[in-house]
Amino acid sequence: MSTSWPLWEVFVRGKRGLNHVHVGSLHAPDAEMALRNARDVYTRRNEGVSIWVVPAAAITASSPDEKDPFFAPAGDKVYRHPTFYSIPEDVPHL
Amino acid sequence: MADDLELRFERTVQADARIEPRDWMPDGYRKTLIRQIAQHAHSEIIGMQPEGNWISRAPSLRRKAILLAKVQDEAGHGLYLYSATETLGADREDLTLKLIEGRQKYSSIFNYPTLTFADVGVIGWLVDGAAICNQVPLCRTSYGPYARAMIRICKEESFHQRQGYELLMTMMRGTQQQRDMVQDSVNRWWWPALMMFGPPDSESTNTEQSMAWRIKRDTNDELRQKFVNMSVPQAEALGVTFPDPELRWNEERGQYDFGQPDWDEFWQVVKGGGVCNAQRIAHRRKAHEDGAWVREAAAAHAQKQAQKQAVKEGAA
Amino acid sequence: MSFDNAYESLLGHEDSHWAFGTGFSEALSGVNREFPVGVDREDIVAYCLMLGDDALIFSQRLSEWCSRAPELEEDIALANIALDLLGQARMLLTRAGEVLGKSEDDLAYLRDERDFRNVHLAEIDCGPGPGGDFGTTIARLLVFSSWRLALFSRLRGSADPVLAAVAEKGLKELAYHRDHAAQWTVRLGDGTDESHRRMQAGLERVWPFVDELFATHAVEARLTGVAVDPASLKSEVDGVLEAVLAAGGLSRPADTRAARVAGMAGRDGVHTEAMGFLLAEMQHLHRSLPGAVW
Repeated sequence: MSTSWPLWEVFVRGKRGLNHVHVGSLHAPDAEMALRNARDVYTRRNEGVSIWVVPAAAITASSPDEKDPFFAPAGDKVYRHPTFYSIPEDVPHL
Repeated sequence: MADDLELRFERTVQADARIEPRDWMPDGYRKTLIRQIAQHAHSEIIGMQPEGNWISRAPSLRRKAILLAKVQDEAGHGLYLYSATETLGADREDLTLKLIEGRQKYSSIFNYPTLTFADVGVIGWLVDGAAICNQVPLCRTSYGPYARAMIRICKEESFHQRQGYELLMTMMRGTQQQRDMVQDSVNRWWWPALMMFGPPDSESTNTEQSMAWRIKRDTNDELRQKFVNMSVPQAEALGVTFPDPELRWNEERGQYDFGQPDWDEFWQVVKGGGVCNAQRIAHRRKAHEDGAWVREAAAAHAQKQAQKQAVKEGAA
Repeated sequence: MSFDNAYESLLGHEDSHWAFGTGFSEALSGVNREFPVGVDREDIVAYCLMLGDDALIFSQRLSEWCSRAPELEEDIALANIALDLLGQARMLLTRAGEVLGKSEDDLAYLRDERDFRNVHLAEIDCGPGPGGDFGTTIARLLVFSSWRLALFSRLRGSADPVLAAVAEKGLKELAYHRDHAAQWTVRLGDGTDESHRRMQAGLERVWPFVDELFATHAVEARLTGVAVDPASLKSEVDGVLEAVLAAGGLSRPADTRAARVAGMAGRDGVHTEAMGFLLAEMQHLHRSLPGAVW
């Protein structure tokens, strides 16, 4: 059995009224621990935020270029870590 | 076809746009990035030890809290950076093994010992200061996840540098014994801090390609000069001197002239001969190996839970 | 998080983790610091030291894990818990110091072992030293945080405004600590044969020190309306521990209790042999440079 924990992508709602935004990833054995680790790693102790954790393996991503034969078919699984999301300046502590 | 991809990659980099994880990239670019980011991540993780060495002995509760929070940040930085390598297909476990087996390097500075509490301040000021000089340009590095990790890290590093300098200012206002302690610490860390920018450009092998790929944005010597220019006035404000008889303002160049570190010592430490090389790796190895049963247990529990869930769903 | 002012986090405008240095000039502004009437201040001092030393000494132990945890994420989590407890300790020592005319650092660094009032559970080595491992550390955290959470939830109603505010603030932190410990207890209990064995051994290691947590000290008995009688927490804490152990398939150790020393224990300043070494390490630099400023 692999002792290495799976990778989770972390999304944080910085404050009410904003979307959840991708902030990074981490390793955790399961969803509950991933959520707790995300709080420690990515929000430290700022209250009032909402966190999503998603198994990296569960994300389906588009190819950067639909005509790109290297990534056909387009519905490819993400290559370990889809950091497709830019971080807006107004999200605190990012 | 491949030429098209390569051309698109080159154009993206030249335009100062970001390469993202699923873009096509040359193998050499991927490999160089993994090596560079992993080395950076290892440095953060090994870098926890020299300062962590003083958490239990911090001389005030305020300093203890600051130091613990700082060392904790370094764990966070290592984590962000390992995550960035994972977007390139690397694996944290694998990189950790490479580190503890000595197959990948980390910043040599952390093989120097922390001998007094002043070292906590000087590391914050000079070592983190040098790291910031190295890292700020990396916030614009061509690889997106690395650049984003660096933005986050640089924000936190500036807190580190400030706490270090503030500790030293406080100590310099204290007793003569404390002032001596600060000067002694500066004497021990100044040259190693200069070494953090790497060997002189004339001897550095990777610079040119890395500059073209915009993985690196300034040469070793340019960054070192910038660091010296920045640090001298800070030393004066603090009331300490640097142990370099050649250090003086050059009116013509508009920069400070300075002496060269002992590059023989540098290479000796890089090759494993520093005071703490073996200790740092042994410490990291022990933590990793002692933790194996915990990581295994959590993985086993998750697997059991998933199986139970599957059975439940199958029955429903 | 604030570093400059032990009370700052009570004031509701807690700075972000990174905004270090933006402190308050007036050290205790904003927190009601009046002492309740009809209560012996010496007793309040003793009580603040009890709860403050518990947090300080346990924080010192937990911070030993820094750079030694089983995974990076856990390293960060344990440091967070240690920082929370250190924050609680600083507030409580500051409160005690107000009566004594001493600073938090005077109390942390210049008291001798006999003047520390923490329970033994906080001071023993539960790993990463030879006295335990991650399982033992989790066992201690589970017991300690379950007990302290129950205590703080009652302490919110204390007639002492600072104690009440400290409890209010600490409640969220302790709920998180307990949750963290419970999550791990279940995982280690259920995970592998080895982790089950180690988790059970961890519980056996800390169990003799549990009884002391619920023993009412004379100071606590005298401070009616200010202090919480720890004996009143027993059934609640038992219930929590039972539920967590059951979820992890672990058995509750037999109720062995460490004998007292001539009738005394941690609350009386009588400690285990580990305490002297812990303090020697923690205090030596501060004591080596009298008159130094940090």
